[in-house]
Amino acid sequence: MIFNIPFIAVVAMVFIGLYAVLFKRNLIKIVIGISIIESGVNLFLITLGYREGGVAPIYTSLPAGTNYPEGMVLPVPQALTLTSIVIGVAVLALMLSLVMYIYRHYGTLDVRKIRRLRE
Amino acid sequence: MNILNLLIQHSPALIVAVPLFGAFLTPLISRVNEKVRNIFAIFVLALTGVFVLLLSSDVIPNGPRVYIFGAKDHTIPVLRILFEVDGMSIFMAIVSVILALVAVIYSWSFMKENSGLDKYYTLLLLLTASMLGLELTGDIFNFFVFLEITCISSCALIAFWVHEGEAVEAAFKYIVVSAIGALFVLFAIALLYGQYDALNIATLASVIQYTFLDKIALVLLVVVLGMKAGLVPMHMWLPDSYGRAPPSATIIIIGATQASLYGVFRVCFTLYGGIFRDMTLSSVSVGWIIVILGLITVLVGVIMALIQIDFRRLIAYSAVAEIGYIFLGIGVGLVVLGDPTMLDVGKTAMQGGVFHIINDALDVSLLFLVAGAVYYATKENSLNRMGGLARNMKYTTVFFLIGLLAVAGMPPMNGFASKLLIYESVYRINPILSIIAILCSILLLAIFVKVFHSAFLGPKLPRFKDVKEVPKSMLLAMGVIASLIIIFGIFPQIVLSNIVQPAADSLINYGDYIRQIVSSFSGGV
Repeated sequence: MIFNIPFIAVVAMVFIGLYAVLFKRNLIKIVIGISIIESGVNLFLITLGYREGGVAPIYTSLPAGTNYPEGMVLPVPQALTLTSIVIGVAVLALMLSLVMYIYRHYGTLDVRKIRRLRE
Repeated sequence: MNILNLLIQHSPALIVAVPLFGAFLTPLISRVNEKVRNIFAIFVLALTGVFVLLLSSDVIPNGPRVYIFGAKDHTIPVLRILFEVDGMSIFMAIVSVILALVAVIYSWSFMKENSGLDKYYTLLLLLTASMLGLELTGDIFNFFVFLEITCISSCALIAFWVHEGEAVEAAFKYIVVSAIGALFVLFAIALLYGQYDALNIATLASVIQYTFLDKIALVLLVVVLGMKAGLVPMHMWLPDSYGRAPPSATIIIIGATQASLYGVFRVCFTLYGGIFRDMTLSSVSVGWIIVILGLITVLVGVIMALIQIDFRRLIAYSAVAEIGYIFLGIGVGLVVLGDPTMLDVGKTAMQGGVFHIINDALDVSLLFLVAGAVYYATKENSLNRMGGLARNMKYTTVFFLIGLLAVAGMPPMNGFASKLLIYESVYRINPILSIIAILCSILLLAIFVKVFHSAFLGPKLPRFKDVKEVPKSMLLAMGVIASLIIIFGIFPQIVLSNIVQPAADSLINYGDYIRQIVSSFSGGV
């Protein structure tokens, strides 16, 4: 891989996401931040299983001349990533529905104004 | 006899499968009749409880048990999802099942007037299934999946009273914190997988090297799971969510919190257990960090509980304090892990910590159930507007007294038995820590006596003259927990030797857990 660019991208995405969660005032932007962290982590998983010039790990349809198993990318991280994406969608949907309800109750999405719980 | 063996063999899978299947069957069944649905939910959890008991009857005397999904024997176990059940896992499963069963019985009358109850029961069963899975799984990615299911279902339960803005706010806070946390757990899992090419906890534990990346993974795992367990300074979501969820759901969320606590133990004692055993220095430093954080948790919980006026929020802060005691015991165990001369202190500390898990679960849930009963009868949350309830709610008052004494660690109750073990062992490490812990316990007593006075004693208020005792199912649920508290308090030795000691031993002798899997590798591959 060229200069470990995927790993640098992972770190950048996680930190951008964290920045959005910590410093943005709008609830939707916080949700977007979490989504960015999730993409970063998924990218990390995929990068771990990547092999340069590798083919899809399907035993029955290997291209002729592929070294087995060195020529294939790792299938496990891809399975993990798929699971993680599915879970991510569920969490995202739940978060957005909560944001919707918060807007109905408070009439705003500004975190500074949504603090009835603080005593 | 043969059938019994077969059931025991498959019970690790059934313990998760039965409530999961029940969860998705619930909406269908509630089409028939509400009563049938309630009975169905109780039946499903009772069945799960039977499987847990069957499994514990095998695991406690015979040691860890492995269940491999999709394979009859150990063929290519590297690729399979494994469930591995040892003393600690089964102990946590018993705690979770008790809490879930009580919660469902309590919900029968408590949630009667709410709409959307089919979803409520679905979420309840889903949460139970996921936390049981969290406790039984032997695969670290599977652990992450169950952690996320716990997070989603408990968040939905916290926001169940969606007409209250505060409940939705608490739920949003919870999901932001735990979604980010779970993603960092996944990051730590990826770090471990990238280095060792394994996802199995036991396999990872047998090959782990304690490189720089492993240290990062350790920090991420302990911080995130500690946060989900409510360790100060990451406890801020806990009082909000405990205080705003329906009390019947809160006690299952307590179970989920303790499942995360179990995750901390699994990481510290199994995954990194071998390293901590060899490198005393790192186990001592991690142990001290946990001891100090545990003590701060106790202090912060108690001090914040002092100033609360909302009944359930106050109990939630005392729950934070109780979690601190557990961390105190476990931290001491970790400090002396590598020192053979202090082995008995470590054992006492671990037993105290593990015993306190079940005691904390029972005490705090009893208090939440009482708070729920008071809310049910008076529709009142604030302690300032309560008073004289003892005249109308005799049984509830007695249950509150029992919960009060138990949570403060007074002698005839179960809280005393475990706290004494913790004080004893902490005293051997450093007397000052022990003194602070005892002082906090006394403060806890003072706080709850104040609550008792303001809510239950005093003159009869005209507003509450129509208040009646709560329905039977709620009394039954509270009665079950109260009688368990008293039994555990009077005969602590029974619980200690039958379930607590095997759990603490399985944490200390982490080698059995690893050997079970690793030996099957060499035979299978």
